[in-house]
Amino acid sequence: MASLIGSYSLFFSLGFSVLILFFSFKNLKNTINFDNKLLSLTFLQLLFIILSFFGLIIAFINSDFSNSTVFNHSHTTKPLFYKISGTWGNHEGSLLLWLLVLTLFIFLFLISSKKQPKKYRVLTLLFQQIIIIGFLIFLIQTSNPFAQIYPVPSEGLGLNPILQDPALAIHPPILYLGYVGSSIIFSSVLAASSTNYISKEWAKHIKQWILISWIFLTLGILLGSIWAYYELGWGGFWFWDPVENVSLMPWLALTTLFHCVLVLEKKLLLTSWVVILSIATFTLSMSGTFLVRSGILNSVHTFANDPERGLYILIFLFTLIFLSLFVFFFFHKTDGQNNTSFFWLSKETSILINNWFMMYFLAVVLIGTIYPIFLDVLTSQKISVGPPFYHKLIIPFLIPFLLAMAIGPKLNWIKSNLQNKSHLLLLFAISLILSFLIIRILEISFLVNTILFTSAFYLFFITLRDFFIKGFKNLAQNIAHFGFSLLILSILFNNFLSSEVITNLKVGETYKSDELTINFEKIEKIKKQNFEAIIGKFNVKSDNELVDILKPELRIYNQPNIVTSEADIKTNLLSDKFMTMNLVQNQEYFNIRYQIKPFMIWIWFSVIIISFGGLFSFFKKKYEN
Amino acid sequence: MGCSAFSKKNMKTKILLPFTIVSFLFIFFILYVGLNRSNIYIPETVTNEKIPTFKVKVFNSEKELTSKEIFENDIYYLLNIWASWCIPCRDEHPYLMELKKNKKLEIVGLNYKDKVKNANNFLNELNNPYTLILSDTDGTIAIEWGAYGVPETFLIYNGKIIKKIIGPMNNNLFKEIERAVK
Repeated sequence: MASLIGSYSLFFSLGFSVLILFFSFKNLKNTINFDNKLLSLTFLQLLFIILSFFGLIIAFINSDFSNSTVFNHSHTTKPLFYKISGTWGNHEGSLLLWLLVLTLFIFLFLISSKKQPKKYRVLTLLFQQIIIIGFLIFLIQTSNPFAQIYPVPSEGLGLNPILQDPALAIHPPILYLGYVGSSIIFSSVLAASSTNYISKEWAKHIKQWILISWIFLTLGILLGSIWAYYELGWGGFWFWDPVENVSLMPWLALTTLFHCVLVLEKKLLLTSWVVILSIATFTLSMSGTFLVRSGILNSVHTFANDPERGLYILIFLFTLIFLSLFVFFFFHKTDGQNNTSFFWLSKETSILINNWFMMYFLAVVLIGTIYPIFLDVLTSQKISVGPPFYHKLIIPFLIPFLLAMAIGPKLNWIKSNLQNKSHLLLLFAISLILSFLIIRILEISFLVNTILFTSAFYLFFITLRDFFIKGFKNLAQNIAHFGFSLLILSILFNNFLSSEVITNLKVGETYKSDELTINFEKIEKIKKQNFEAIIGKFNVKSDNELVDILKPELRIYNQPNIVTSEADIKTNLLSDKFMTMNLVQNQEYFNIRYQIKPFMIWIWFSVIIISFGGLFSFFKKKYEN
Repeated sequence: MGCSAFSKKNMKTKILLPFTIVSFLFIFFILYVGLNRSNIYIPETVTNEKIPTFKVKVFNSEKELTSKEIFENDIYYLLNIWASWCIPCRDEHPYLMELKKNKKLEIVGLNYKDKVKNANNFLNELNNPYTLILSDTDGTIAIEWGAYGVPETFLIYNGKIIKKIIGPMNNNLFKEIERAVK
């Protein structure tokens, strides 16, 4: 019954799309004021998508196996929480979530943009409807979440156990709010270009939407990274996997876009940058969907392969790209901006420099992700691009990037000079000496690392100083940049100070080295709702005589029958102690991996600080208005 | 002024627009073709090409060997280029462990651009299928072999490359090697 309602709701929403298109055109031609009928229709469309989404959730809760999505991804013994999160843990359900966010955002856009020109609002709605229609047809045609199965199976196939995790249950909704949120920026920029409304007022208004997407995207990526850290059991937090890369690319574009919009708001410069980046952010999000769902890429966690779906998204994606190219080339006016040249030492120049760096990072990630496809098609060669590629190309360029991030905000708009800036030199000297000492103590390779540490510390100290000197002025920017320096420092320390022990132990045995002993005390079996857990108990004694008890787990899930390894992690402010255990085939030994990862929590914490910077900026503007 | 702005705009449209459209059409074409290709790696067969001559360090030691010394016996050799950071290498690892049981075959590993510590961890975690591991820290030996990346595998007999597998091994290729070695 719930499935049926959900299914019909989708068709009703499509009907509303047609109505909205019709009344939008009518409204564009005839009246002066925004037709409130459009607002009601958008609200009704949202309502039906919500209805459809809840229909699917209810089907999942009731384990209604006549629905093929539920059958494929759920099981009666699964805990309620994961039954619900299973709704968006699969291709069909997650697309429905896409649609929900698409319709929700356009509704919020319409009710919050009442002061904007009528033509611009109607056109934004129109462009957004094109996206919504595209996704609705895609959903109904190729991936209907309400497809029926007959005869009704008595039991479902179950949700992949590695997806049964609290972080991953909320990761997709948060990430999608960021991904799909950028659709509003896309629709809005096309509307603003067509009506020649790219202006300071527009910048001020769209900035809020950029911030919303950016905050959610940042948090979404963070959650994914945390999940990979403890669930995949490799002890890393970023693997340069295609799926991770496709979330990083829109983030880079969005971050750059935000900085450009700041310049646009203040100086009415960089309009072409803003237009192109707004288009790029959403197209990159869409390309991500294409790459992940079409099966064109091999990755650890892609959705099921289906070329038909891939083809649809590909055509749809390129339709949007060509539509935006058309708008950009034929409607976007650049006159009057090219003759403003930038003074070399100014805030806008530093933002422009950082733009180019961001574009470089984006290009590296993009090439690393899609180049294997190109090479394969053109020359039938298969390659895999691994972390060394990204590290080699990105790390050296972080140095000037960090320095520009430190000095840029100190400069004035239009033109500045470097008087009274002696503290800049002083802090640089301090950073240099500190880095030099750290490199000496850690005994790591010299030149690049010293400069890298120096530039990260430099940004750290400069932003830290500003908290005291400047107080509330530029606080949002300062928080975000401070968070970024903290992130780079944490990653650096984490990278250089991590240590690990890998050994095979059986119950009762003890591993001894100079620094620590690991005692495998016992093993327990516990039966849980939908899995059986084998829990090891280990006493780890480090040189300071402190004993940590770690209990890594092996879970044998009943449906589908998969063994997963759950790391046990002891976290404190300075370091994480991370242990995983795996079966060694046909033996009584277990493979034990014990890692000490310093400053792990600071990596997560600094990303939260970065997004807090965005949040602060968002509410500051609200307050000022 | 208005006129020059107009011509500027015109120039932009005239040159940039076709260029952009062609680039995007090209990308579309590549992705379209890529979509219809299977994801199964197709092996490239090279028959009777001689193995390159080179000198190489043995992994975890200071000893140096020449290519002649490594492949001197009258048996089949499998040279497998791998790295701990390479995720497809993990996928093909069970096949190598299976092939290790074959007495007529010796598996030689070439550790590509890797850290010794990480490589050791990889082997400890997944077990060691290799009878001998060579170390290629700067990637030059792999270039000698004409390798494109990791993983890559060469079946060698009598100083000649019989078969070359680009990308990770799969079930079909595994069976093919078993048949060839018989």
